[in-house]
Amino acid sequence: MIVPVSYYLVLGAILFSIGVTGVLLRRNAIMVFMSIELMLNAVNLSFVAMSRALDSLDGQVFVFFVMTVAAAEVAVGLALIVAIFRSLGSADVDDAHVLRG
Amino acid sequence: MNVQLLVFAVLAVTSVATALAMIFARNAVHGVLFMVGNFAAVALLYVLLGSPFLAAVQILVYAGAIMVLFLFVVMLMGPEPAPLWEHIPGQRPFALLFGLLLAAGLIVAVNVEKLTGVPGMMTQEVLERLGQPTALAQTLFERYVLPFEVTSLLLLIGMIGAVVLAKREKHELPAEQASREGGTE
Repeated sequence: MIVPVSYYLVLGAILFSIGVTGVLLRRNAIMVFMSIELMLNAVNLSFVAMSRALDSLDGQVFVFFVMTVAAAEVAVGLALIVAIFRSLGSADVDDAHVLRG
Repeated sequence: MNVQLLVFAVLAVTSVATALAMIFARNAVHGVLFMVGNFAAVALLYVLLGSPFLAAVQILVYAGAIMVLFLFVVMLMGPEPAPLWEHIPGQRPFALLFGLLLAAGLIVAVNVEKLTGVPGMMTQEVLERLGQPTALAQTLFERYVLPFEVTSLLLLIGMIGAVVLAKREKHELPAEQASREGGTE
């Protein structure tokens, strides 16, 4: 493998950190949700890189499952965001504090 | 400088730049489009890592299905009504600071010279002989067949959940439609 695996892992780490920063920074629920997708994607990249480095396909199978879980999560999460937007008129995560104790 | 390293550098810069543009995008539609670019760059990285099948799935599922769903919801909600941040004082500098700290920590933790782990049998020669999608399918349907079946259950639950959440209750009908229905009764 000509490109060292640590390069891919560092890239995955940077993308994951950008995703975390997005979750901390943004207050729009959709942007927070997209940052979570970015984190999942960064982990997928690390999985594939390690799978290649270790000559094993288990990591790639895991990427498959992560993608499935992400698809299911997006379907339910976006339905939740739409439901909250419909009742509150806003997609701001700070406005959804009805359950606050 | 060899070609693979050059391609990796270009793709790495593209993916980081689109990710940063996404989290700082003022307009949510722009954010979605930057995200599509990021997914495409990562898909090309999968090709570079020797798994073209996952690259195709990445484009189909992420850049295709998931981002279109995001775009639908953004369009449904219309333009953003309020400023995007600064609800909590000092949120922006602290978010950036913690993000940088996390990046530094992860890079130090991940950038190890010696990898631990047991090397498997799927060397590049074996993959060349079998074909990468075939080898992946063999792994998926032999060793991971039970998780694969459970995944179908998860997708079914997700589908039911989305339908239940998106269903409008009777009293939530728009006023005009409700009065029309009341009139006919």
